[in-house]
Amino acid sequence: MRRVYLDHAATTPVHPEVIAAMLPHFHNSFGNPSSIHSFGRESRQAVDEARELVAKILGATAREIVFTSGGTEADNLAIQGVALAKKGQGRHIITSQIEHHAVLDACKYLETQGFAVTYLPVNAEGQVQIADVLAAIRPDTILITIMHANNETGALQPIREIGRLAKEHKITFHTDAVQAVGSIPVNVDDLGVDLLSLSAHKFYGPKGIGVLYIRNGTKLKPLYHGGGQERKLRPGTENHVGVIGLAKALELATTEMDTKQAKIKALRDKLMGGLLAIPEVKLNGHPEERLPGNVNVSIRYVEGESLILSLDMQGVAVSSGSACTSGSLDPSHVLLAMGLSHGEAHGSLRLTLGQDNTEEDVDYVLGILPPIVLRLRQMSPLYHKR
Amino acid sequence: MNSYNEKVMDHFKNPRNVGSMDDADGIGEVGNISCGDIMRIYIKVDGEERIADIKFQTFGCGAAIATSSMVTEMAKGKTLDEALVMNNKDVASSLEGLPPVKMHCSNLAADALHAAIKNYREQKLGHKDISDAAEAHTH
Repeated sequence: MRRVYLDHAATTPVHPEVIAAMLPHFHNSFGNPSSIHSFGRESRQAVDEARELVAKILGATAREIVFTSGGTEADNLAIQGVALAKKGQGRHIITSQIEHHAVLDACKYLETQGFAVTYLPVNAEGQVQIADVLAAIRPDTILITIMHANNETGALQPIREIGRLAKEHKITFHTDAVQAVGSIPVNVDDLGVDLLSLSAHKFYGPKGIGVLYIRNGTKLKPLYHGGGQERKLRPGTENHVGVIGLAKALELATTEMDTKQAKIKALRDKLMGGLLAIPEVKLNGHPEERLPGNVNVSIRYVEGESLILSLDMQGVAVSSGSACTSGSLDPSHVLLAMGLSHGEAHGSLRLTLGQDNTEEDVDYVLGILPPIVLRLRQMSPLYHKR
Repeated sequence: MNSYNEKVMDHFKNPRNVGSMDDADGIGEVGNISCGDIMRIYIKVDGEERIADIKFQTFGCGAAIATSSMVTEMAKGKTLDEALVMNNKDVASSLEGLPPVKMHCSNLAADALHAAIKNYREQKLGHKDISDAAEAHTH
């Protein structure tokens, strides 16, 4: 059976060149980077080089790069770290209703610790409005945290504009760029961010390694205490194999990015067109201002998990914002924030393309999906009531 | 969600008794759109108060479809009183179990059957019309 992976927003396969770069560091250059001997020095050098490379790609300096265990830790370090460092100045944080749970839940936690959080709404196309950000700023606002690209709809947020606003008001600005890095150009000065999170496994690197970019001068307290690694902001023996993998993956993803992403976007547009040709299917998220590999649609009268299972039975891997896939009783908070009905959110399907997808993959999915939708609709009481 | 057993997957792939019934004697509907499962059951009752025919329509996840299918198989040929004794747990057991998260939210098929029987009996007593199929169940 043909297998088609269309869930690259969830994770990506590790690129063979990334594996090759990592391999010797498991057993040859395995030293603890903090050790003084040659084994340690080799690892230290490799970590330093990786840090330099990551910094260069992001438009940062090496000392502004802190390696973490991934996106969730980077988001928590940014949000809780700023809250701890600046709680004497103010206790108000601005975020949006469509953030990843790593951000939302960190903010909710801070609410239990005496902080106030404003969760900005989004428009029907899934984008935060700059006027809403401005209106939410208070004298005691210490942090704005808004994602670069949404993980469900791929919708791009007005990061540059928010960056300017944050600077004007001297508010620390964090962006969760976990979905953006590797798919679109990301430069910290261009965006005007003080803090930026990224995660290697979203761009063909290994899981368990990420970065928090911290602009020089940004006040931040660590969440863990231990050794002096990562300028004491993230102590613990470095995951040097992961760091090397992350740097290699970022280098590969950003080399000839335009060409690679144009190919992905062309496939995505074909897939999107085919999906929208099915009756009563609508696009979720901004039609143009979205990640090149993302399609998110709501298929009326059917439920997302049934769609996923049916597609999986034919080798196609996708995801959904239905409650069944979120593990809670409610469907996607992102789609609900955009004003979708519960039915539309339960019937949502996210397909995210990657570098290895082909036109045949798209044709295969467009061939098998309409009969699946028809079968589930014929089973659905909602379809018959319409 | 990806831990359905073979029996559940069989009922999801090949659901039994799917469809509607124009001349149903009772219709029951449970669930609501906000949690993503709606099950509707149609029954045809014979002179001995047995379920002569049964059909279902379901909007929902794999567990919702499989439990709907299973309850129709279990109920067919049973008397109404026998069918009223069956509960959601029995349906899940007949499917050799459901993932824990599904036990609560998508395991409502026996409730839909009970609603259909109630609807039939209320009509018989002349209290209600067939179009008043039991209103959405909330949990």
